[in-house]
Amino acid sequence: MTGTRSPRSRRSRRRSPKAADLIEVEYEVLPHVIDVEEAMKPNAPILHDDLFTQGVDPKPTAPSNVAKRVTFTKGDFAAGWKEAEVTIERRYTSKAVHQGYIEPHACVVAVGNDGQCTIWSSSQGQFMVRAYCAKLLNIDLANIRAMPAEIGGGFGGKTLVYLEPVALALSKKSGRPVKIVMNREEVFRGTGPAAGGVYEVKLGAKKNGRIVAAELVVKLQAGAFPGSPVGPACMCGLAMYDIPHVNIVGYDVVSNRPKVAAYRAPGAPNSTFGTESCMDELARKLNIDPVRLREMNAAKDGTKAAHGPTWTNIGYLQTVETAKNHPHLKVKLGKNQGRGIASGFWFNIGGESSAACHVNEDGSVTIVEGNPDIGGSRASMAMMAAEALGIPYDKVRPVVADTSSVGFSFLTGGSRVTFATGMAVTQAAEKVVVELKKRAAAIWDISPEAVEWKDGKAYPAGPNAGSFEPLSLQEIALKAGRTGGPISAEVSINAQGAGAGWATHICDVEVDRETGYVKILRYTAVQDVGRAIHPSYVEGQIQGGVTQGIGWALNEEYIYDKDGRLENPGYLDYRMPVASDLPMIEAVMVEVPNPRHPFGAKGVGEVPIVPPMAAVANAIADATGIRMRNLPMSPPHLRAALDEQEPPRQAAE
Amino acid sequence: MPRVLITGTAARRFTGGQTEVAVEADTVRRMIAELERRFPGLGHQIDEGMAVAIDGEIFQDAYQTPLSPDSEVVLIPKIGGG
Repeated sequence: MTGTRSPRSRRSRRRSPKAADLIEVEYEVLPHVIDVEEAMKPNAPILHDDLFTQGVDPKPTAPSNVAKRVTFTKGDFAAGWKEAEVTIERRYTSKAVHQGYIEPHACVVAVGNDGQCTIWSSSQGQFMVRAYCAKLLNIDLANIRAMPAEIGGGFGGKTLVYLEPVALALSKKSGRPVKIVMNREEVFRGTGPAAGGVYEVKLGAKKNGRIVAAELVVKLQAGAFPGSPVGPACMCGLAMYDIPHVNIVGYDVVSNRPKVAAYRAPGAPNSTFGTESCMDELARKLNIDPVRLREMNAAKDGTKAAHGPTWTNIGYLQTVETAKNHPHLKVKLGKNQGRGIASGFWFNIGGESSAACHVNEDGSVTIVEGNPDIGGSRASMAMMAAEALGIPYDKVRPVVADTSSVGFSFLTGGSRVTFATGMAVTQAAEKVVVELKKRAAAIWDISPEAVEWKDGKAYPAGPNAGSFEPLSLQEIALKAGRTGGPISAEVSINAQGAGAGWATHICDVEVDRETGYVKILRYTAVQDVGRAIHPSYVEGQIQGGVTQGIGWALNEEYIYDKDGRLENPGYLDYRMPVASDLPMIEAVMVEVPNPRHPFGAKGVGEVPIVPPMAAVANAIADATGIRMRNLPMSPPHLRAALDEQEPPRQAAE
Repeated sequence: MPRVLITGTAARRFTGGQTEVAVEADTVRRMIAELERRFPGLGHQIDEGMAVAIDGEIFQDAYQTPLSPDSEVVLIPKIGGG
């Protein structure tokens, strides 16, 4: 498959070109299929003779490129469709896109004579790197130490390994340290991308705007092997709405492309581009304001989602109402300008996290955690620990430790770290407070129950406890050796009840009818963030997600030639938005605290990428009257649509 | 008894199309064991690839989570992230 790596080793960079010249590789071009719907056809070239569609009854006897079919149903769609007074059926598509991290994949691996392996690499999880290497090379986990380097962006694309097992095998064989670094072209050809796909949406409503039936069919590209995020795509696309009759079908489809990788809220942006574009088309057909249509159909606490759960403690409607009252909506638009609204949902997850809290001899505190910091989470960890201990934030130093220095932690992904690892950090700090009270009691020679902890100091709990001057954390730390030894605590948990993320975005655009260029004039992203631990970093996550979504909307795509070769493996031809392309994105935080978290935190990093594609498409439709149903809405595509709308100008003009 | 709802095909193929099952169990672990006993393969399927939504809150790999007699449990695909 294109993008699959053919390993070769080289001793030094200087000798390598010569060595590479001596290698001859012959490729036989086989029948192939790139497009998702072409791959689903009965006569399509079959990628795997042993791949049979899961989820269909009876079990198929012939292999297929459809790896899996999933369905979710609520109510009776056919009956609901009959009830509808206004119906709409549309088809939308999106292309594969790359996660677009700046730092390419790279690693150094050294295997010692004693068989101990050390891996230095940047990823979204050092424990994930260790696990894959151990499994692939049959090495005990205890014999691998994975060191987390600082990460220059991941966005889901570094939740799996490409280089580390290869480097480890080569180091083991050669007895020397091995370094492998991808160049940008290799990153594009051999890693990621996120799935492209097809999204067929049907919405049926009463004339008053109440939606009574919805159907969503999702066909997602998995790449050469099964595993597209079709399940989340199906579950997220309509999650924002309270619709009595819903039918959702998803297909996980293999084709001759690189195997897809996760990308921020995997699957949700895809299907939501379809459903939220269709919501806008329905609003126009009903002549109802698009914010009002969302408000009147919004999921609330007690609403049953199409995939089953009954929502509790959700903040979707609050995001719609906040958007409705935002001054952005009152700004008048000019010629060739338009406004789009779109909403989105992402689950967020919890999971396994470990953390340690060590009180140092001078009263400063070290927090040790196992999750690479991809969005400022270390700052949040320090803030939560400082809050629990009652000491200044700058007295706490958070450290992301290697796999031999902290307990297991699931990777950084699913918007889980501030929630789950933050919970572990807080609990570790709270255990330290219990210990600090014991140490103060030992110094005062009273019972630990007679000590209370307030603002970073131990106090006698009342007049009966005795009369003592308060002891600060620093004073207790100084005497730790005399009161029982070092003061520290470790906590390992499996955090549950992450609390979902909800968002509603407003986008204003101006379309240049000559070139098809779309300028983003203003963008407001309203999001239920639980409780923002570090508000400016939350704002950064929202702005980053929106920016990536705008890139996905307007320019980004994998372009293949007729022989199935990728034509744009570099940032010159794969156009991502840069700062000069965008206005300041306004992040509006709605706080519906998560009762499961000690400070009310919910994940915030993924849902901001869910609404932008539809928000931009809806704004373009508002500006031009042209509905762009295929991503990206890049200048050539929009220009072609404008050409269809208006007759081409005469040469004499 | 807690009610287990099966909305997706991944789990429904084990129940012969049945979409709701009452289960005598007071923890997720016991619920999984009971479902495996009644629908062989379903417990393994939950262990390997599913999450449970208990009264609207999602739990993954959480054997000890308690269930109350009126709990609504929904089996959904396990959620990852990016």
